[in-house]
Amino acid sequence: MIDRNLNKKLNIFLTLVDKPKAGIPIAIKDNFLTKGIRTTAASKLLNSFIPQYSATVVNKLEANGYSVVGKTNLDAWCHGSSTETSDFGPTLNPWNTDYLSGGSSGGSAAAVSAGIVDVAIGSETAGSIRGPAAWCGVVGVKPTYGRVSRYGVIAMGSSLDCPGVLAKDVVSATKVLKIISGNDPYDATSSNRETEDYELFLTGNVKGLKIGLIENYLLPEMEKEVVDKTLGAIEVLEKLGAIITRVKTLDPKYAIGVYTVVQRAEVSSNLARYDGIRYGNDRNYFGQEAKRRIMLGTHILSSGYQDQYYKKAEKIRTLFNKDFDKLFEGFDVLVGPTMPGPAPKVGVTKGQSMFGEMADVLAEPSAISGLPAVSIPCGFVRRLPIGLQIMGPQFSEGKILNVAYTYEQNHPKF
Amino acid sequence: MLLIHMNKTIQNFNPVVGLEVHIELATKSKMFCGCPADHFGKKPNTQTCPVCLGLPGALPVPNKKAIEWCVILGLAFDCEINKESNFDRKHYFYPDLPKGYQISQYDDPFAHSGKFQMNNIHNVRVRRVHMEEDTAKLQHTEIDGKRVSLVDFNRSGVPLVELVTEPDFDNVDDVVTFLQELQRIVRYLGISEADMEKGSMRLEANLSLTPDGTLPGYKVELKNINSFRFLKKAMLYEIDRQREILTAGKKVIQETRGWDEEKSATFSQRVKEDAQDYRYFPDPDIPPIEITQLQITNYKLQIPELPQAKRERFEIDYKLPGDFIDILVSDKARADYFEGCVKLNNNYKAIADLIINKKFDEKYPEPAGLVKKLVELTNVEFSTQDETQSAVNLVIMDNQKPVEDYKNGKVNVIGYLIGMVQKRLEGKGNTKLIQDFLLKGLQK
Repeated sequence: MIDRNLNKKLNIFLTLVDKPKAGIPIAIKDNFLTKGIRTTAASKLLNSFIPQYSATVVNKLEANGYSVVGKTNLDAWCHGSSTETSDFGPTLNPWNTDYLSGGSSGGSAAAVSAGIVDVAIGSETAGSIRGPAAWCGVVGVKPTYGRVSRYGVIAMGSSLDCPGVLAKDVVSATKVLKIISGNDPYDATSSNRETEDYELFLTGNVKGLKIGLIENYLLPEMEKEVVDKTLGAIEVLEKLGAIITRVKTLDPKYAIGVYTVVQRAEVSSNLARYDGIRYGNDRNYFGQEAKRRIMLGTHILSSGYQDQYYKKAEKIRTLFNKDFDKLFEGFDVLVGPTMPGPAPKVGVTKGQSMFGEMADVLAEPSAISGLPAVSIPCGFVRRLPIGLQIMGPQFSEGKILNVAYTYEQNHPKF
Repeated sequence: MLLIHMNKTIQNFNPVVGLEVHIELATKSKMFCGCPADHFGKKPNTQTCPVCLGLPGALPVPNKKAIEWCVILGLAFDCEINKESNFDRKHYFYPDLPKGYQISQYDDPFAHSGKFQMNNIHNVRVRRVHMEEDTAKLQHTEIDGKRVSLVDFNRSGVPLVELVTEPDFDNVDDVVTFLQELQRIVRYLGISEADMEKGSMRLEANLSLTPDGTLPGYKVELKNINSFRFLKKAMLYEIDRQREILTAGKKVIQETRGWDEEKSATFSQRVKEDAQDYRYFPDPDIPPIEITQLQITNYKLQIPELPQAKRERFEIDYKLPGDFIDILVSDKARADYFEGCVKLNNNYKAIADLIINKKFDEKYPEPAGLVKKLVELTNVEFSTQDETQSAVNLVIMDNQKPVEDYKNGKVNVIGYLIGMVQKRLEGKGNTKLIQDFLLKGLQK
């Protein structure tokens, strides 16, 4: 049974399932369609939308013994990294309710962090799983683009969107990732590659593994404690036999521009279907942030501007791909802090339309290149959790999960 | 000023026409989902799913058959095939467009830079042949006294090929000839019924007038016209209308016009003040599509002999009159039937005549049936009953000895007598008839 008081206090679920089916409880971010269960994307525009079909991810989970207990809060249409753009108010951080849970998958991260469920489904366009996982102190896995079907997930940035997992530990995350991965004939961008048995990768052994510590992800403006905790976590892996080398990547700040342009363009297109003819509510029901993104995206795709924005962004995106390709010639995985700092206070995003893009700066390069990444709790700063992220080449989910697992099993008490 | 004005009045204007033709493909399923593509006359909104309704989260998965057919149509018009093609999103708001964008092709269509040659018309360059999805259908009606617009999504997502020509036509007859040939080619390829009544072939002509052969700075789009005849009338009307405007020294408004058959006039449907910005960009839901040389080679093998090649061959092989060839070739089934007959009998002209003037291909589903009938008919044709009777009478008169023999019981002389009759009829008599007449004559 879900603690309704706790839920009310933290504002985690937008919809609770009255009588969940028998099975392992799982929370689903409210941008995944669930047949017969209201799905809103945290926008009042879809306030009364009851889907006629379920997302592939939901179908796969139900076929494997999981039971949907509720739909979790998010930034409206995933537009944000705080849940503060939700038309139903923000989800608060279970560690301290004065602070944000992060976003956009803030409800799912908080549901796990508060102990309501062991596993929740989230989605990431750039940082939306890793960010809230780091801020709420849970494990977050963003798989390779195309590894998990997007069918039935309300689209944000279609070339970036990745369904993924938030969980209390690496093993739980791994089990669910295995279930939801794989080709889907209903998603033309889903990979034909066979899904590996990720659990077999969890050996707890990183001896000889070549890990690149991304030096320039240790931002100059970072609190010293964030840097120290990050380096401390890497030291744990080094002591277990991993070979750590400091590396530099293309400046992640360029990724902010690429990500913003590509995502806004795709958002403006993806939200065009909410034209007031269906779903009961017209376009006035879009919140401030959605309206802003629609306008910016429309401008980016306009003739005369497309070359200087959208096409240029796609070119720089290719540069990031090449940069990562080159780095992965020499390294098995790359590591760095997940977020520049711990969760900020509720209300901080007010008037900050680029809050998410700035907060997710360290997730954006790997996101625009479609790479898999895990965020694993690596300690506390000012009594708020922070995360270490482990990124790998495409389809290296097993490998990065093992690094996270090895750290999780061996780190000293925080 | 006056001088310039007078100069214009004596100018000669010639039409410049380019075409955009939409063809709905007859695939089993829709372009991006598994719903049936055959929507004509179906109960509204019975052939829909999350994908063609554009529901949140639904994703398009391209129909391979439709892509193959689009490429094949491109190849039939001698197009170059892009090794890598993209689907693009074309954005505009309209109630019949559930996603707020239509999935179409922009920068990299499947086929481009083709050409079309036919003896009696100028060469036409084909700019592109691309693939897109059809929209839903709006029905404007009245319910309980209220005027409403209903949306039927059965047509939403049906595969649609668009063929665009360069503005290479300078007269309306060539336009109609081209369109009729395009319709035949599509039917030969078996990729669509190309039926204008049912909307599976839709015509659009961009027409303007030029004083000097250069492309004018405007065009009038003739749209929503569902027959070749009406399109021809609309073009002729437009040429007069535009000539009058230009001769008066005025500017022709760039707009879309339809055809009113009752008034025998075109009428304005929509004025395009600015070019609409569709904000095309590659659809991130659909990875780029590769077409290999091997595929192209295979597709080429699937293309049957096309009407023009067939006409030329029929002329050489069967030496038929031009109008006969045109009629035979206008329908592939009919041409195939004709060639089925020709294999059994070499009376080409008579076979063609029976098909074209007597519709024997409808009476006899098998070519052998027609040929059998042909043989019977050709015999009767050369010796009528009267001719046969008089030949029999003459033979009985001239052959007293065999006649006597027959009457005395030598019945097998009948064969000899039949032979004599046939000789008189130059071998064109009906043996059964000769025998009957002989037996009657010999009994006298």
